[in-house]
Amino acid sequence: MPDVIRLKIKRQENPNSKSYWEEFEIPYRPQHNIISVLMAIQQNPINAKGEKVAPVVYEANCMEEVCGACTMIINGKVRQACSTLVDNIKQPIVLEPMSKFPLVRDLMVDRDRMFAALRKIRGWIDLDGAYDIHVHAPRVSPKDWEKNYDLSRCMTCGCCMEACPQFFPTSKFIGPAPLGQTWLFNNHPTGKYYKEERLHEIMGVGGITDCGNAQNCVKACPKDIKLTDAIARLGRDTTVQMLKDVFIK
Amino acid sequence: MAVKKPKIIVVGGGLGGLWATIRIAEAGYDVDIFSLFQVKRSHSACAQGGINACLDTKGQRDSIRQHIIDTIKGGAYLANQPPIKTMCEEAPGLIRTFDRMGVTWSRTAEGVMDLRLFGGVKNKRTCFSGATTGQQLLYVCDEQVRKYEEAGKVHKYEWWEFLSIVKDSNGACKGIVAIDLRTMETKAFRADAVVLATGGLGLVYGKSTNSTNSTGAAAARVYQQGAKFINGEFIQFHPTAMPGDDKNRLMSEAARGEGGRIWVPKNVEDTRPGKEIPEEERWYFLEEWYPAYGNTVPRDVASRAIWKVCRELNNGIGGKDLVYLDLSHRDEAFLRARLGGIMEIYEKFAGEDPTKVPMKIFPAVHYSMGGLWVDWEKDEASGGMKQPSARNHQTSIPGLFAAGECDGAYHGANRLGANSLLSASFSGRVAGESVAVYVKGLKEGADSLPGNIYSDEKQRQDSINQGLMNSQGDENPFLLHHDLGELMRNGVSIIRDNKTLDEALAGLQELKARFNKISLDDTANWSNQPLIYARQVYDMIVLGEVLAKSARMRDECRGSHWKPEFELKIPEGKFSGDPEFEEYRAKWKANNEQWLKTTVAEHTQSGPQISYEKIEISVLPPDEPRDYR
Repeated sequence: MPDVIRLKIKRQENPNSKSYWEEFEIPYRPQHNIISVLMAIQQNPINAKGEKVAPVVYEANCMEEVCGACTMIINGKVRQACSTLVDNIKQPIVLEPMSKFPLVRDLMVDRDRMFAALRKIRGWIDLDGAYDIHVHAPRVSPKDWEKNYDLSRCMTCGCCMEACPQFFPTSKFIGPAPLGQTWLFNNHPTGKYYKEERLHEIMGVGGITDCGNAQNCVKACPKDIKLTDAIARLGRDTTVQMLKDVFIK
Repeated sequence: MAVKKPKIIVVGGGLGGLWATIRIAEAGYDVDIFSLFQVKRSHSACAQGGINACLDTKGQRDSIRQHIIDTIKGGAYLANQPPIKTMCEEAPGLIRTFDRMGVTWSRTAEGVMDLRLFGGVKNKRTCFSGATTGQQLLYVCDEQVRKYEEAGKVHKYEWWEFLSIVKDSNGACKGIVAIDLRTMETKAFRADAVVLATGGLGLVYGKSTNSTNSTGAAAARVYQQGAKFINGEFIQFHPTAMPGDDKNRLMSEAARGEGGRIWVPKNVEDTRPGKEIPEEERWYFLEEWYPAYGNTVPRDVASRAIWKVCRELNNGIGGKDLVYLDLSHRDEAFLRARLGGIMEIYEKFAGEDPTKVPMKIFPAVHYSMGGLWVDWEKDEASGGMKQPSARNHQTSIPGLFAAGECDGAYHGANRLGANSLLSASFSGRVAGESVAVYVKGLKEGADSLPGNIYSDEKQRQDSINQGLMNSQGDENPFLLHHDLGELMRNGVSIIRDNKTLDEALAGLQELKARFNKISLDDTANWSNQPLIYARQVYDMIVLGEVLAKSARMRDECRGSHWKPEFELKIPEGKFSGDPEFEEYRAKWKANNEQWLKTTVAEHTQSGPQISYEKIEISVLPPDEPRDYR
């Protein structure tokens, strides 16, 4: 049993300042996860040199891997911090912010780009209005449900984006998660009324053709969402749409 | 002369806030929505098991009337009944709307929505989406709001924290002051109406099943500005959570609804792993004590039973505060399909596979039945709530509305499982529709108000921030919060007594004194989390006082509020019609004469002032005591 947990954290005061590394040692306790370790630093913000410092800034909310807030790079791997147990990983634990989104402070980044992508792909079902029209949506087969539910659990955490070699700050690529969502909306019984519009949206610059099929996204997804399957299905759909665009005017 | 272009602000981006936003946008008004983070990350995502609505698709002759009765009785009659009636009546329509929005409801073989059993009921009435129902409902609302955002009707202020409301000379709410969590700048915003949908307050207890941002601070802030706060003493302890040092992780009631059994080894010395203990050496105490409902008794009943086994009978697993929640007898594929979400959580955090071995759980702070007082208008014709009405979900401050867990309208003394996603969605919808009526009736817009009411309030907030930034003490806000949590967990717990409550109240005074010696450890003017946190800690201490004082004043047992000293015991083995039971019924009714009333807390300089308000019981008069045996 180690008596301390050693951490090496990449810190940066604001978007325009220089980053630096800072080490911490906190008392060992079984069952610690990365967020509870950061909480321990907040309660006693002293670095390994014994200097009092500002607590490490980070983002977290649910603590049970369902909100997507606490994504960061832990020992070189992008993942959710709340479900990363200290007992299962090597020390010193190296924490870095995600590298492909604008940095806010320390381990906190701005993932607005992902949400903007969801707007771009028409990421919603068109309703007449949010009131009862006295009928349900059309039925969904259990098999379709399985595919849909797999994708509808996407937390927009950004693990897949960070892992994707085609996605980086200056690239136009929309990224794996929004592509998965595109397929999901197209597979909804009334969502498919706007399938064509969604497909056209991802057939242009930064769309599905930028996917290099590296398969990193599916490995990085904390929810094991079958992203590559969805992207493959979407690829077939765009091919069909392209033919339709040429022959059916 | 109506207001030309009313401005409306919604604070909070969970289910309640998003529903309000959608309905206000659909009424033709622009909405500014404020959230601490991207709205998609709100705590509604953590709700697992499902949402109740009487669809009656399981051949059980379920009825809306029964949903109403279960909700009222589940809450020990401590809620106004007309709003409950309307909520239950409109639940199926709400579910159909959610279905059209694209919720991935779990399906039967013929592709219609499936239903599961939940606690405190006898019929399958819970619509669900695997074990991540809250997440799925939140996401579709997030998507609908995104549509209105794209259309320019909704503007999001994500990474902003609400600090206070701005009142005009008549005391009506005419805007807010909020702080940008990155630049740390405060700003006053004008609004003709404000909806607060800021969720629960589990963090007042330090550890709970709630997300780390469920501090209740926003509700505490408007309470300190004059809004009434009701039923603070009614805090739900969820019977089945994984104990953790940082958080108690919820194991949905769906686990019990889908056949999960609660048990402990009969012999407390038994050190064998759970799955090796033979059936005859297990004690299924819920099934023994409550044969009619078994493992699906309501949450307050289950939590107290577990408490009794562990604390009074010292028969927890290995003598510890733990009991088994066992699903390992169920088919693995069934569990993965229907409860995958919680199976994964347990496996990730406990390192054991719950489809193979029983889970270890204990009750944890989960939900606040109490919250901001909200008004409602009665529809004399139907006996329900009249809609739309500007009065519905308006707090005691004109122009300020509340919805979701931060209001205290629907659940009385104990909430039934899967009624929270319902009340959050329903109340958000109603609040949004009420706002639309309210602003129509306004004579003067916030735009024409003098600027000084805004600059004064901003100034007041700035000086609070400055005071904290300059404070040179030795108290760390995070440690102070830790101590608050410990005090609340020990002092205002599942089982309560007046001496302990008095000590808790004294302890809260000490925490307040310590707060004056706070030091932030962070002097940056950019994303300064300790400053924001310190402010929340103070507001949590204030809420703690409301909870403890309300609990101290109520000398009875009702729902989640339990003081053994005042317990009326149901005579064992006796039922309706037996003279002993009828004697008990008479005592129970006499107790209702005294205590069936809403606790109302109002802020004063010397702490919460408590008064009581009559309850509207026109739908189901309290003639039948709760009895789940």
